[in-house]
Amino acid sequence: MNDPVDVAERFRGRVFRYGDHVNTDVIFPGRYTYTKSRPEDVAPHALEDLDPTFVERVRPGDVIVAGWNWGCGSSREQAAVCLRYSGVGAVVARSFGRIFYRNALNNGLLAIVCPGAVDALEEGAEVEIDLEASAIRCGEAAYGFSPFSTAVRSMIAAGGLIEQTKRRLAAG
Amino acid sequence: MTEVGRPADMARTFAQKALAQASGDESVAIGEIVDARPDIALSHDNTAPIAEIWRQFGQDRVVIPERMAVTLDHAVPAPTVRHALNHAEVRAFVAEQGIGHFFEVGRGICHQVLSEEAIVLPGDLILGSDSHTPHFGWLGAFGAGVGRSEMAVIWATGELWLRVPESIRIRLEGMLGEWVTTKDVALTLIGDLGADGALYRSVEFDGPAIAGLSLDSRAALVNMMAEMGAKNAYMAPDEEVFRYLAERLLTRPGRRPGRGAEPGEASGEVIVRLRERTLYPDAGAEYAAEHVLDLSSVQPQVARPHQVDDTAGVSELESVRVDQAFIGTCTNGRLEDLGAVHRVMAGRRLARGTRMVIVPASSEVWNEALSRGWVADLAASGAVFGTPGCGPCMGNHLGVLAPGEVCISSANRNFQGRMGDRGAEIYLASPAVVAASAIAGRIVHPREVVE
Ligand code: SF4
Repeated sequence: MNDPVDVAERFRGRVFRYGDHVNTDVIFPGRYTYTKSRPEDVAPHALEDLDPTFVERVRPGDVIVAGWNWGCGSSREQAAVCLRYSGVGAVVARSFGRIFYRNALNNGLLAIVCPGAVDALEEGAEVEIDLEASAIRCGEAAYGFSPFSTAVRSMIAAGGLIEQTKRRLAAG
Repeated sequence: MTEVGRPADMARTFAQKALAQASGDESVAIGEIVDARPDIALSHDNTAPIAEIWRQFGQDRVVIPERMAVTLDHAVPAPTVRHALNHAEVRAFVAEQGIGHFFEVGRGICHQVLSEEAIVLPGDLILGSDSHTPHFGWLGAFGAGVGRSEMAVIWATGELWLRVPESIRIRLEGMLGEWVTTKDVALTLIGDLGADGALYRSVEFDGPAIAGLSLDSRAALVNMMAEMGAKNAYMAPDEEVFRYLAERLLTRPGRRPGRGAEPGEASGEVIVRLRERTLYPDAGAEYAAEHVLDLSSVQPQVARPHQVDDTAGVSELESVRVDQAFIGTCTNGRLEDLGAVHRVMAGRRLARGTRMVIVPASSEVWNEALSRGWVADLAASGAVFGTPGCGPCMGNHLGVLAPGEVCISSANRNFQGRMGDRGAEIYLASPAVVAASAIAGRIVHPREVVE
């Protein structure tokens, strides 16, 4: 399967801005959840009920910047998978729905809590995310965020939860 | 083992106790990450895609077949060939792996069925690939939702990492007034505290009002805490809960050794064991926030489209026309809910231009409503019934909405597009308000119809 975004230590893209309480139903509609599961099938529906033109405009590495409680609602993992496979590299928000947060990191989509960046970044801004330094850069400005725990970083480095579990099972 | 520097006698929240037990630690700190072993791992129609993920691990057998529970409930009976294929895959997987608890099309919604079947017990950790898994807090269990990949990992390893959450305590006092339900309590709390008012937290309910709430009402309130962002929610089970579980365990003796009743056992013995496994928070445990709500101050509430926390008193709404009324879901599809609907609707007709869909939460609810004659009365009022399950709750089938249509629903979510077209509008309310609105053809307080 081809990976549109390499979870590298650094990556860059443009900002797409959305509001508060964006729920998983508008990120990936429930009417598709028991018929579409493969990443390439779910990606074309990313944000379909919130911003129908999103999938035409998004490019690999782009960053969603949103307010409070991004990804609240359902546990559906396709909400994280559809964003990642449509090209989104990271979602930066004031807070996240807890299951979305786990699903995102488990699938190598960065979920970053960074109110400073949410306050400052405008639609279309070019940003770079530096995991090493735990900072989001935009031109001269930089917005720091709390570093991911070692456990989460090693999971991301392993390629996500599934790859990490494969290794763990292989190691016995 | 107690870690150095951690006082062994520290007061603990329910979440700390439940996750310590599930991870085999003597005690765990708030914020600590533990490897927890769920007592029950729940999945539903999403079992087939989870199985596809699990097969990547190259195992022949899941490691916890006896701990797994699978229901077919989200799109039942299959509305399309794609759904039918999905169900067929779930059945094949369940047979191949010898899954202990499997419930077919028509048995009902996972959260209701696992409650009725007494599969989840006080003190248990249940992880479900469903966001309303906090539901099981009404039985004194720790229930939390997880993603599909995480469920596959649980099947493969028997465990999953969890962070021990902060807790908030909500004390309930006073009594509900006429036409006021715990759905209104939940909407009041969510309206006040916000859709993220309990984000990542464990919600503990306590206070003198709980003893006066029916079991169906307790389940509805705990269930709705998912809409406040809670990781889990909890209510201390009392004798009524123990009796409910004991009765059900006794009609299913010997199902799982050590977790129920043995053939011929007395109810008292089962209750003693249920009491013993119950976890109660300690006095003086640490809470991130504490709230008090006087139930007598709560009025019938409505959540307006498209956010659950955009609430208003039903009497404050300007006349809102209703195309469809929906009764059902894991929040308000139980017997008490159908009883409230019957009280409002029996002997009356739906308003011209308004239709009504009722989907009981389980076959047990459906059978009881049938034998009480409610189904015939409601059908005479003009309501139609669907197979026990989730119905149109998440827009799969059985009553989806066209652009511009307005639905008043007893469900838990009014997100844009959830019940069909993104141009439709969903209002959430208690079953009594939904029923009254179906009769009036616009959103009204039940007393406008009944009195
Ligand atoms: S009734 Fe609705 S909220 Fe409850 S489990 Fe089914 S789809 Fe989810």
